[in-house]
Amino acid sequence: MTKKIATAGNDGDKIRSDCFVSLELKESGGLHIEVQSKVKTLFGDDILAVCKKALAFFGIENAEFFIDDKGALPWVIMARIEAAIKQLIESEKEFLPEMIEENTTSSQKSQFRFSRLYLPGNTPSMMLNAGIHKPNGLILDLEDSVAPAKKPEARFLVRNALRALNMYGAERMVRINQGDMGIAELAYIIPQNVNLILVPKCESAGYIKQLDIEIEKIKSAHKITMPTWYMPIIESALGVEKAFEIATASKNVVALAIGLEDFTADLGTRRTKEATESFYARTRLVNACKAAGIQPIDSVFSDVGDMDGLKENVKVSKSLGFEGMGCIHPRQIPVIHESFAPEADEIDKAKKIVHAFMEASEKGLGVVSLGSKMIDPPVVKRAETTIHLALRLGLLDENWREEFNA
Amino acid sequence: MEKSDNLIKNAAGRMVPKTINGVEQVPYMGVGKFIPTGKKHAPSIKSYANYPADGNKQVESLKDALIKAGLKDGMTISTHHHFRNGDLLANLIFDIAHELGVKNLRWFPSASFPCHEHLIPYLEDGTISHIEGSMNGALGKFCSYGKMSRTAILRSHGGRYQAVQDGDVQIDIAVIGAACADSFGNANGLYGQSASGLLGFALADSEYAEKVIVVTDNMVPFPCVPWQIQGNHVDFTVKMDKVGLSEKIVSGTTEITKSPDRLLLAEMTAKFCEVTGIIRDGFSFQSGAGGTSLAVGEYFKQIMKAKGIKARFARGGSNKYLVQMLEEGLVEYILDGQTFDLEGVRSMAENPGHVWTSPFTSYNYHGKGNFASLVDVAILGATEIDINFNANVVTHSDGLLLHGIGGWQNCLFSKTVIIPVPLFRDRIPIIIDEVTTLCGPGELIDVIVTERGIAINPLRKDLIEAAKGSGLPIKTIQELKAEADRICGVPQKQKFGEEVVAAIKWVDGTVIDSVRRVLE
Repeated sequence: MTKKIATAGNDGDKIRSDCFVSLELKESGGLHIEVQSKVKTLFGDDILAVCKKALAFFGIENAEFFIDDKGALPWVIMARIEAAIKQLIESEKEFLPEMIEENTTSSQKSQFRFSRLYLPGNTPSMMLNAGIHKPNGLILDLEDSVAPAKKPEARFLVRNALRALNMYGAERMVRINQGDMGIAELAYIIPQNVNLILVPKCESAGYIKQLDIEIEKIKSAHKITMPTWYMPIIESALGVEKAFEIATASKNVVALAIGLEDFTADLGTRRTKEATESFYARTRLVNACKAAGIQPIDSVFSDVGDMDGLKENVKVSKSLGFEGMGCIHPRQIPVIHESFAPEADEIDKAKKIVHAFMEASEKGLGVVSLGSKMIDPPVVKRAETTIHLALRLGLLDENWREEFNA
Repeated sequence: MEKSDNLIKNAAGRMVPKTINGVEQVPYMGVGKFIPTGKKHAPSIKSYANYPADGNKQVESLKDALIKAGLKDGMTISTHHHFRNGDLLANLIFDIAHELGVKNLRWFPSASFPCHEHLIPYLEDGTISHIEGSMNGALGKFCSYGKMSRTAILRSHGGRYQAVQDGDVQIDIAVIGAACADSFGNANGLYGQSASGLLGFALADSEYAEKVIVVTDNMVPFPCVPWQIQGNHVDFTVKMDKVGLSEKIVSGTTEITKSPDRLLLAEMTAKFCEVTGIIRDGFSFQSGAGGTSLAVGEYFKQIMKAKGIKARFARGGSNKYLVQMLEEGLVEYILDGQTFDLEGVRSMAENPGHVWTSPFTSYNYHGKGNFASLVDVAILGATEIDINFNANVVTHSDGLLLHGIGGWQNCLFSKTVIIPVPLFRDRIPIIIDEVTTLCGPGELIDVIVTERGIAINPLRKDLIEAAKGSGLPIKTIQELKAEADRICGVPQKQKFGEEVVAAIKWVDGTVIDSVRRVLE
């Protein structure tokens, strides 16, 4: 190996909760560690200890090591040091932070995915409090939000986040890169209990099948039994045409999302507020998902300051059949949750219909009627879905029928 | 002269000096425990026969006024922070003192700002001996590293008034910058290019200082009304081209934070006030002008609108959001302590419901009551809070003095005090075992709102009861601390020098804590 100096992490005046490290391997002279930190009075000793431990872990005995810390948490520091070391030394060993208990839970195929918040995979400051905003899912993004040169070090950060970052009950998601790079990233995340993988710019069922194979290999090597779900993102005209194939490529596909920025670029048109240019794609995607029995998920709404616009957008999205939406700002989360949840009059109506249906079947009647109106089976089915949703969201008591019998 | 020595343990268990700069001190004895007797300090008798009959007290320049006021070694010079970071006067006063070769001045500002970094050479060359007032930024660091030749004293706005009344600080010359004045000395902060809203912080100085100078860049013919400062207290008036940089005096517009984490804190704080019934018809509140506090006000507004609730009064720091509430009828009165933006200045000038107040009415320990204790809820900040709900506002956990006390200690007397803070900043936990510097005793602090949970002081059984079943994440403060430690790690014990570089006064003038030298 010829390279002797490596750096990792971020520096600059605006950087917070992160650190920058540089490492130069030497032939002799022992270890020289310099710690600079804005939290030195409180954690200087601890930071020095972590640095020493990391260098020892990889058997480094002669080196100049420098860390400029801006209040990074230990698992961030560990990721940065390992990223620097592995540019200079080939090693299978991983310098892992402790896996917190909260990150050992699995997720269900059909759980709510109303909101999922994107977090740039190389920016720790944005990760720390993300979970407290209670999104259904948190996406640690290795793809578009990470600069190409930073992608290798982001893998260590995302891996450590999956172990040490409390996401407060959100489904733990990672967006991998496209193609072979994405496959290579699996080794960093599958052993860390990731719940769901977002597959960007997906255009073929083949890639999904390849994921199945690669993930199975890693899982059996690490004896992992927890499910790993996929949410392919459809971002091209070809992807839209192949939506159903992709949706049914694996039992692990639980949702398809649409990415409208790339899609409209692929069409050679521009994304508008009215979104007529993507109407076909969106309805096509919803249709494919419903046919495959999975969740259709809408694109992000990019104007983070426009909450009224977001609300309108979610309404349209819901009316087209979508069951969730991406978020790029935490304040979008409550608006999205509220808008996807059934409204009070919707629940009221559904209660009457479902009650009438249940009463009819209890009495052995073949025909359901509400007042003087006959009710068709699909109407009952839709009402049941609403009731089911309301129950799961805690908007309705499970003994809701009692009020009819009182 | 000894800076400070003979440490003694006060009622809060903190080691504080018995004497500071040669003056004997009373250690903190507990809330409401120290009741001094005797007479208030008074300035020497004046007679109008000694002042110009035509009322014109205007002199050539500030230098002229300072010389006529008898500026000499060892005097106490007071200034005020109405012009905030746009203040030009304090720097100019000490430029003049330096030019005249005057030494050993005690600077007694109601607050200092980053613009006063200019004064550091004067602290080094002995023009200024020390500061009694808030210290921010560079001045705070200068003091923290033990470079000031005497011990600094930090007081609250109310404590400053008390110190003047008790004669703890006898002001030789008060220089009062005003947006508008007449040559007799009547002055206000309402009109002109340097409009700051009000001049309340200069009130005690105008009444108690030996000599009073009013400086303005907007001299109007007698009478200047309203006279927030009365000309009858004033010795000299000065007209200058500019007393402050208007763009730095008040921000053109204050803005609510965009940080999702702070918005969440604000939302949780407002929700807490809603479910515990603090927000009810006729209630009163105080909320500052920081990004989070402004957001709390906005969430209050939403709740009040939705429920048809009106507040009787709000204590300012006024700003455009509070003014909107006043104008929409959600708040009947703003009792304003300082004005943070141009909308606040406009409203104070136009609206009889927007009332200017001073530390005398609001905070003063020697008043016969104070407005702060009439307020239902005050939303405040802190740099650190300990498991006994004690809080620090002046130092960071590295020990550096970076903030003044302002009205913070005084506001603790509100019926409910809520402090919304993040559980940790970067890696620095905010909830810890023991605060680095004690500024406010925990018995006066009721609720800590963090993004990871809300802790209610066990003394407030009523609030604990009221918050039950609210769905809010109520936790003990120990649980919050444990969570911070789990995320950040347990911090090592900081090491400070022996030397006391600053003393923190409680609202009654007793010494509640000392600040040790920070090791470089």
